[in-house]
Amino acid sequence: MTTRTGNALAAQPERSLRVEHLVKAYQPGKPVLNDISFEVRGQNSVAIIGPSGTGKSTLIRCVNKLIPPTSGAVFVSGENISRLSGRALRHARRKIGMVFQEFNLVERLTVMENVLCGRLGYVSVWQAWRRTYPQDDIDRAFALLESIGLADFVHQRADSLSGGQRQRVGIARAIMQEPHVLLADEPTSSLDPKTSVEIMEVLVQLSEVHRIPLIINIHDVELARRFTSRIIGLSQGGIVFDGPPAELSNDHLKTIYGGEAWLQ
Amino acid sequence: MTTADHYRWQRFTPRERLARFAVFLGFAVALAASMRTVEVIPEFLYDAPTQVLDLFKRMWPIEYSYYPEGVHHALVETLHIASLGTLLAIVMAIPVGILGASNIVRVPALNWLAKLILVSSRSVNTLVWALLFVAVFGPGALAGTICIAFRSIGFVGKLFAEALEECDPGPIEALTAAGAPWPSVFLKGFWPQAAPAFWGIALFRWDINVRESAVIGLVGAGGIGMVLDTAMNLFHWDRVALVLLSIFSVVIIAELVVTNIRKRII
Ligand SMILES: Nc1ncnc2c1ncn2[C@@H]1O[C@H](COP(=O)(O)OP(=O)(O)OP(=O)(O)O)[C@@H](O)[C@H]1O
Ligand SMILES: [Mg+2]
Repeated sequence: MTTRTGNALAAQPERSLRVEHLVKAYQPGKPVLNDISFEVRGQNSVAIIGPSGTGKSTLIRCVNKLIPPTSGAVFVSGENISRLSGRALRHARRKIGMVFQEFNLVERLTVMENVLCGRLGYVSVWQAWRRTYPQDDIDRAFALLESIGLADFVHQRADSLSGGQRQRVGIARAIMQEPHVLLADEPTSSLDPKTSVEIMEVLVQLSEVHRIPLIINIHDVELARRFTSRIIGLSQGGIVFDGPPAELSNDHLKTIYGGEAWLQ
Repeated sequence: MTTADHYRWQRFTPRERLARFAVFLGFAVALAASMRTVEVIPEFLYDAPTQVLDLFKRMWPIEYSYYPEGVHHALVETLHIASLGTLLAIVMAIPVGILGASNIVRVPALNWLAKLILVSSRSVNTLVWALLFVAVFGPGALAGTICIAFRSIGFVGKLFAEALEECDPGPIEALTAAGAPWPSVFLKGFWPQAAPAFWGIALFRWDINVRESAVIGLVGAGGIGMVLDTAMNLFHWDRVALVLLSIFSVVIIAELVVTNIRKRII
């Protein structure tokens, strides 16, 4: 199973996300995001940090057009998805996995069904309704749940899980999409410090194993430093820092968040 | 504060007090006017207790022996009208409810169309619907079933639309982000969240419909109401009593059944 996926991956070109000159203005003339450009490829993991309200969630949702960007282009593994709509957009969204702060699981469905929801973009409506997912999907879902320590919870309803377990299910659902990029919007903000670390480990590990570039919005700068190889600092809608964690100094943090009393 | 060293406090301004007085006056006038229209005849009013007593005497003893031959069949028909009518209503209410949920269909014109359908269904009384369909299909259970169905769309559809609107948008966003086609988003995102409410609504409506379908026979739309109508016209008060008792028992049983099932699904 693992070797088969491994071989298939080796044959593929590198997965990547490229954002070019992205602008988003909810109200005309007042851009929340102003000319954002960056690229992530391979097994890279990137943290996006920035003060509240600076547009981190907006940026992530502009990538898969849950929020329509005002201008700019987004490329997923080289394919420009900015102009897509309807069916083509749905197919493009399958390549973008998403993990949410509030997990966004379907509470009344079981863990397994939630994980299989990641395949809804691939299976027909009829299959979804009859719950006749391809055997391959079911095998992968079981293997995935086992690898993140949820093997015993397969048949439990999502609303009976703890926060950390729910977020694992959310991550598994995203991985099931076989995405070309994984976006996580504050995946640890609803969790305690210990569970946060565990969730970051799971995210980074899965992204490495499956060779999916990872982008994480995060408020915890220490977690960002510890788990990612690159940090992008957003402030007032623009990128003010982009580099490895080691280069992120207190001066940078001051420009990103403003003030300095909190740094003491 | 006034010239004196006291704070002045009044709950209502003089203008508000005037308005409140006007409302009370309006009530009094309306009451007086309606009393005049109703024309209560005192002699009939004094007579009422005697009449009620007389009615009870004629109803007693209840003619139980009439049940197998004259009532049972009609009672079963009533239940069938209620159940089939509810089923039909559910089938029609689901699309209308979806159309009316503003978080699913984001076209205000369509939301309004759905609201119009739902309101028309509810604003027409059951007996009026029954008269209408008796005129169309002729007297009998078919008219009754369609009548119950049309009357119920409004109730079921409105509450279903509200249940859909209360759905957590988070999972919906997640499934959309996974590239799921719309029907799949509905099946796996909206439906699991709205289903318990939906079944509760359907059961509750069935309960109401058991009561309603007992009445519509009075205008010829089938069921036990027709037996009641015949018995009253022929002054068979002992049979009237039997029919009323049967309706009462069925309504109680329906209520018990529904309460029990609801407890289990919620
Ligand atoms: N639907 C919307 N309509 C109008 N303005 C919006 C909308 N959504 C977000 N905004 C505004 O856009 C700005 C960026 O919001 P966003 O949620 O992207 O910030 P964020 O960086 O994710 O903040 P946080 O760290 O608190 O999650 C905010 O000023 C917010 O008020
Ligand atoms: Mg945010």
